[in-house]
Amino acid sequence: MMMLGECPLGLCGSWLLEPWAMGFMRAGLAASLLAGLSCALLGVYVVFRRLAFAGEAMSHTTLPGMVIAQMYGASLAVGALASNVLTAAGISLLSSGASRRRGVREDAAIGVVFTGMFALGVILMSFGGSWGDFVHLLFGNILSVAPSDLWFMVCAACAIVVTLIALHKELELSSYDTHYADLIGIGSSRLRLVILTLVALAVVSGVQVVGVILTSALLITPAATAAMFARRLVPMMALSVVISWTAIVAGLYLSYYGSFPPGASIVALSSVLFVGAWFWRKVAG
Amino acid sequence: MKLEWLAYGGRHLHAPDPAAPALAVSELSVGYRGHDKPVLSSVSFTLPVGSRLALVGANGSGKSTLLKTIAGLLPIRVGTISVFGLKVRACHHRTSYLPQRDEINWDFPVSVERFVLAGRFVHCGWLTQPDADDHEVVAATLRELDIADIAKTPIGQLSGGQQQRTMLARSLAQGSDLLLLDEPLNAVDSATRALVGALLDRLQREGKSMIVSTHDVGTHDQPFDGVLTLDHGSVRVGAA
Repeated sequence: MMMLGECPLGLCGSWLLEPWAMGFMRAGLAASLLAGLSCALLGVYVVFRRLAFAGEAMSHTTLPGMVIAQMYGASLAVGALASNVLTAAGISLLSSGASRRRGVREDAAIGVVFTGMFALGVILMSFGGSWGDFVHLLFGNILSVAPSDLWFMVCAACAIVVTLIALHKELELSSYDTHYADLIGIGSSRLRLVILTLVALAVVSGVQVVGVILTSALLITPAATAAMFARRLVPMMALSVVISWTAIVAGLYLSYYGSFPPGASIVALSSVLFVGAWFWRKVAG
Repeated sequence: MKLEWLAYGGRHLHAPDPAAPALAVSELSVGYRGHDKPVLSSVSFTLPVGSRLALVGANGSGKSTLLKTIAGLLPIRVGTISVFGLKVRACHHRTSYLPQRDEINWDFPVSVERFVLAGRFVHCGWLTQPDADDHEVVAATLRELDIADIAKTPIGQLSGGQQQRTMLARSLAQGSDLLLLDEPLNAVDSATRALVGALLDRLQREGKSMIVSTHDVGTHDQPFDGVLTLDHGSVRVGAA
């Protein structure tokens, strides 16, 4: 006879629950789910507004700010955010009207600033002691997320969800028809700025989980997978979150039992889900 | 408008001048940033209320530039434009602009119904959702354009003719008084051509004013009140 509190499948207390007995794993799971939520929701806009390169750039350009923050014991999230603000200002300056006449297109400006900021980050790492002290910035270490950074992720996720709900129809319209959005007074460039600001918040959350190099995968892969199945925006966002969370939970198990880096495990499983979905769609037509 | 203070651009309340023409363009010069030579120069014409004007010209003659400038999407370099006696964009819901098909991101995941519903957004404003009346307007418009059966279809799965009908439905759902239509009959089938023609006739009978851009007015089997010919940035006005 089954006792009260006993798992019907006989799994409770065994390998399914074991990882979550440790506080750092629970904090890592919470941080990952928050970052996954933020990135997966915005990922749909990133994919369909063709902002994948901007998202990739934003994650890489957080490096110098995070290196300086670590050197001085400040919050990594604040350092990453400061870096993104500088990046946005640099891109805006280079691709402004006066410069565009001399041939600096926005994508070229992003390319220049993105690589320059990343290189600056690498140089700063050489000033800050051992290279190994900074590796977690490149590849993430969700198992040592500071409480202040966790709170940042909570606030970022709330800001993203509230903004996406409040501006849903305007963000949607300006994503497929900028002229009509401008015609009726919405202002498509204003909304592009809103999206980029939200992407910056999501990226800053993401870099703590999977690191600077792999964050764009959190942003793009779940959304690209969801786009193969859902035909409307909101269901696509919901599916993107489910896919992201599935990869996160499975990735943490893989990391725990396989002793793999957690960030890389999550991203690798996201990619596996994407490839599986792609094959399934091919077979199913 | 549901809540005036939530209006897009904050300019929804301007009432039109009842004695003014639908459109008055005077000595208009328009150019793109970074280019010294204007695309349009010294363009002047008047569009009386309830009339239909054909805008004719070769590729690159400035037809789309003129329509976008009237819609407030491009800045005026020199000259003036007044829409129902008001400055351009003084009253967003009175002007609708039907762009060319390649200016829409057709891959974006929205249905035909949702696309057309966007025509009602200008009447909602920020933080307000379309209500039952707006949905009823959309349903009626979809029926009129004969696309009710594809209301739930993603816009990425539409044919060229269906795309054109969908864009026109959005302009119609907006309920504007001045319609700026950029090549609405370009590469569409004969059924769509006939349906759009009948629709424009009905709108004109209701007192709507419109400019319809086209490569060649001879290919239209519709009545125009006048023809505006653009040639190398300058304009010639004539009878249809």
